[in-house]
Amino acid sequence: PRVCVVGSGPAGFYTAQHILKHHNGAQVDIYEKLPVPFGLVRFGVAPDHPEVKNVINAFTQTARLERCAYYGNITVGRDVTVAELRQAYHAVVLSYGAEDNRVLGIPGENLSGVYSARAFVGWYNGLPENRDLKPDLSCETALIVGHGNVALDIARILLSPLSLLRKTDITDCSLAALACSKVKRVWLVGRRGPLQVAFTIKELREMINLPGARPVLNPADFTGLENAIKDAPRPRKRLTELMIKTALEKPGEKTVEVQAAATQAVAPREWGLKFQRSPQEVLPTADGRRVRGVRMALTHLEGSGDSAKAVPTGDVEELECGLVLSSIGYRSLPLDPSVPFNTQRGIIPNSSGRVEGVPGLYCSGWVKRGPTGVIITTMNDSFDTAQSVLEDLQVGVLDVSASREGFGAVGSILRSRGVHPVSFSDWEKIDAAEVARGKAAGKPREKIVDPQEMLQLIGH
Amino acid sequence: MAASMAAASGGSVTRRLLRGAARGLSGGGGGGGGGAAAEEPEGAVVNVVFVDRTGRHVPVRGRVGDNVLHLAQRHGLELEGACEASLACSTCHVYVSTPHLDRLPAPDEREEDLLDQAPQLQENSRLGCQIVLGPELEGAHFTLPRVTRNFYVDGHVPKPH
Repeated sequence: PRVCVVGSGPAGFYTAQHILKHHNGAQVDIYEKLPVPFGLVRFGVAPDHPEVKNVINAFTQTARLERCAYYGNITVGRDVTVAELRQAYHAVVLSYGAEDNRVLGIPGENLSGVYSARAFVGWYNGLPENRDLKPDLSCETALIVGHGNVALDIARILLSPLSLLRKTDITDCSLAALACSKVKRVWLVGRRGPLQVAFTIKELREMINLPGARPVLNPADFTGLENAIKDAPRPRKRLTELMIKTALEKPGEKTVEVQAAATQAVAPREWGLKFQRSPQEVLPTADGRRVRGVRMALTHLEGSGDSAKAVPTGDVEELECGLVLSSIGYRSLPLDPSVPFNTQRGIIPNSSGRVEGVPGLYCSGWVKRGPTGVIITTMNDSFDTAQSVLEDLQVGVLDVSASREGFGAVGSILRSRGVHPVSFSDWEKIDAAEVARGKAAGKPREKIVDPQEMLQLIGH
Repeated sequence: MAASMAAASGGSVTRRLLRGAARGLSGGGGGGGGGAAAEEPEGAVVNVVFVDRTGRHVPVRGRVGDNVLHLAQRHGLELEGACEASLACSTCHVYVSTPHLDRLPAPDEREEDLLDQAPQLQENSRLGCQIVLGPELEGAHFTLPRVTRNFYVDGHVPKPH
């Protein structure tokens, strides 16, 4: 049987891996719109988290299997349709993730100095579409809307000592911009409370321990919480306890580096969490062009736990800032008119990865469940979808008696449309070039951010 | 008996020396008799059982010093190690049988933080890449978490509709 996977991030690769492992005859072709593979592992995971990227080694092993092929530089929905793929393959799995982001939907959101977290992360990670972002880092205070790990990642990248960032695979261009950055204070603002934060303890601890930066948490935000979490599940409990501890910590207990910085009369950088504040308007400078602050509605919470809702009280507060990053979630987009899509939830309607109403079509990863979760979540989810494919192959829901041509058919379609796929060994040439360029600077790689340059490198 | 216990607690060179001595003296101990010295792996045998995601029991002859994640993978069990044992993920999450759990050194803070992220966290959860076999783990069962259909990261149970 021939299987097509659309998307070469963790979802695509884990789905492919599982099918290949459990079916001796399956041929799996992985399609990717960029020339280069790996999706968010390459473009989303922070540069200073290289261990998380080790999973690329497992994916590389999968790609190099004889029954697996990688085809980059192909935009499904434009260069080839899902209908054409379904003709060429016995099963098609959509694992194309979430390329867009939720918007605040407030006045001033389009002012200069306001960016989506997704674009900012894409910028420092070398995602081609964000390479010209040129974020303005000439202000002192940045406001990040959102209390998730992406918000923490951005705060950390904004406040990390250059000496640490310099050794990572962060792009040269971002490094240069950060070297000139005036940002020394970052607020992470969320509309709900400490018990609803979405970031996780590892990332919070990393932020608390960041050299040269001190946490600013208001003890008043944490009164009574010790009691409230007595019976909470372990992850929530430990996370909240860490916030409480940090909030109550006296200045004298700060890290040595921060004290040293203080004694040198160099104000350390600082970051803080603000709760129960919901942005209502991004306020413009006098000339009306750039952000000068954000007006926020103070909220109170109705309900508790994960389902608590933030309701405006009527009071407002203004926070002065020159940089706003909205980190309120990624969002998937519909790929192709023939694929059902739930716009409200931003997912493809499915049951265990089987797309509703379309036999032979499956989905895995964020486009299946929504854009949250870490590697293990996506891994388990992808195995779940792969199971569905394997079951359907086994019981005959997928008719493999009729042979399909797989890439044999698609290849000629692409040629007729002037599209040149990038092979995995092509990627390995790009990979080698990036590693070589990074070596001189003591970086694991210097990412190539221009797709044309990538294609030229491989002789396309 | 004494030789193999001493072999278990020493470093690798010490183990080789002691095993050699034991063979010379009594021919017994953990290493197995005669045989080409070049083939002989390190450390005394530790018998453990992996329980795979379908509930199947897979007995495995491990060695003192074996990393449980790598041991599982060498024996074809579906235990992923996405971050390659660098304490940056929770894909090697296993449940450890009760008496053996307490014989393990307590997890450090980094492991605890990652366990918080593991679906279906239990009291006896550990990261496989942080468990090193020793004789105290003889008979231990390492169970791979069942991945139920439509599971959610934090144990949220979807409302039926």
